Amino acid sequence: MDTQRNTSLYKRRKAYHYFAMTLAFVATGMGLIALAWILGTLFWKGFSGLSWEVFSQMTPPPGSSGGLLNAIYGSFIQTIIATLIGTPIGIAAGTYMAEYGRNTKLTTTVRFINDILLSAPSIVVGLFVYEIMVSPMGHFSAWAGCVALSILMLPVVVRTTEDMLLLVPDSLREAASALGAPRYLVIRRICYGAAKAGLVTGVLLSIARISGETAPLLFTSLNNQFWSTNMNAPMSNLPVVIFQFALSPYPDWQRLAWAGALIITLTVLTLNIVARTLISTRKQQN
Amino acid sequence: MNLAQNTATAYTADHKVLARNSLKDSVARYLTQSAAILVLLMLSGVMLALVKGSAPALKQFGFGFITTEKWNPVTEIFGAMAPIYGTLVTSLIAMLIGVPVGIGIAVFITELCPRWLKQPISTAIELLAGIPSIIYGIWGLFVLAPLLQAHIQPLLISMFEGVPYLEGLFSGPPYGIGVLTAGLILSIMVLPFITSITRDVFETVPPMLKESAYGLGCTTWEVVRRIVLPYTRTGVIGGIMLGLGRALGETMAVTFVIGNAHKIGHSLLAPGTTISASIANEFTEADGTLYTSSLIALGLILFVITFIVLAAARLMLLRLQQKAGK
Repeated sequence: MDTQRNTSLYKRRKAYHYFAMTLAFVATGMGLIALAWILGTLFWKGFSGLSWEVFSQMTPPPGSSGGLLNAIYGSFIQTIIATLIGTPIGIAAGTYMAEYGRNTKLTTTVRFINDILLSAPSIVVGLFVYEIMVSPMGHFSAWAGCVALSILMLPVVVRTTEDMLLLVPDSLREAASALGAPRYLVIRRICYGAAKAGLVTGVLLSIARISGETAPLLFTSLNNQFWSTNMNAPMSNLPVVIFQFALSPYPDWQRLAWAGALIITLTVLTLNIVARTLISTRKQQN
Repeated sequence: MNLAQNTATAYTADHKVLARNSLKDSVARYLTQSAAILVLLMLSGVMLALVKGSAPALKQFGFGFITTEKWNPVTEIFGAMAPIYGTLVTSLIAMLIGVPVGIGIAVFITELCPRWLKQPISTAIELLAGIPSIIYGIWGLFVLAPLLQAHIQPLLISMFEGVPYLEGLFSGPPYGIGVLTAGLILSIMVLPFITSITRDVFETVPPMLKESAYGLGCTTWEVVRRIVLPYTRTGVIGGIMLGLGRALGETMAVTFVIGNAHKIGHSLLAPGTTISASIANEFTEADGTLYTSSLIALGLILFVITFIVLAAARLMLLRLQQKAGK
């Protein structure tokens, strides 16, 4: 009697176990299927839309063929300028948090706020830049787009810089200080040197983050159907072009949108993978 | 004489070097410190700019802005209720699907999967976070929405027909795009955030605790349910809140599939709008101070909501870290 009850209890526990583990297995399957499905569709539709014209011609008016040259150029130039603005500030802030101001109240506060900014909605950043730049200047401009992107990349750089500098052993710093090196030299020669791969990773990750951003560009750099290198005027960029073309009823435009989506995704994923390899080779060295 | 002179010059030179070094050092200190302060100023700057930009709308409508459903650019009456409702409902759907699946994946990675598979699966799930949101948007519009329209939604409608309460949620024509589709896409997008944090906190559980439970004869499920989850509760909730913060603020993916209709539909299949989608869709076309300002006020509401959610998430994760540090 007792054994029987025990067996049935045992069976029930086993059944629960198998049920739960099957669910976990199914969940993983769903996640992987979603990834494969999205990337599969993207590659299939993207590659069929990809051609030489995509890289050599301007965005077309509806109904005619063309390419994405001005959008690619615009995205490229805005990402570079945003990186040039965001990286030094981010690395400086991260340096303060890990070196000069370690464990101070300011550092703790900045870390907390930075972590929030890290996942703050990007469209709000767009509104912010609209309020401080577009609205006073009276027109949309590529500069505003650059500033919006640099604000978005800043938290990523700050975060990784601090993390990576904190990984540098204090004995290295102390050794350099004992030789008489002033603090700034210790940081520049020793800490930056030791954390180089990590810092580069942070910058690459932040570039990956901003190169796919659409929302903050919608009302900062807007869009431009033509070739433009004027930073004071609206400038075309891939994400906004994809947004506009994908929602249009024209098959030509939709094909270009898929091609553009493929270009962006390949860029972002490549950056991610390079950044990851940098970190993992570093781990192996240690 | 010569020797003394040499020493003297060397001494002053040393002094000069020292003075120069300490100057450089304080410059470096203040430069980096001001960069750190800039991050703080950024947050207050965003807040101030949004408050200033939304002032005309808030002055005009007052508190009623939040409780009004009407959104009419022609008569210039704006209310934020429909976008707020859409934001909350899509995020709720995303969480209802994303949380169990995300935790399930974390359980699979930490407890079930063979060692050599751990890294590839983690990387694959994290790749989901790397895909730009606009890609989710066009995938949702061209692949998911037609599929839902043709197969899933008619099935849901017929399945829930006659079921009290639920019938209303799944009624009306299957458009394909709508609140449900947006929620589904968001659930895929929050997966990587929930999974990676849950997996990380699962791995902080001391092996000794788990081993002793296994030693008492617990099944893997019982270990997860009774040992791992209670031990990591704060961290898991923190991860979920982080995912929620993402879902609330997500713009492009939602804009593609939500349908941008400023009304509160009873059915999940009906098109709706979210705060971010309204801003993305209408901001550049908004003419008149009141229209623009109402959209900025929407942005302010979104920012406040996500700020609270994200701050709560970070505080929880921080507390867990402190506990682990002890």
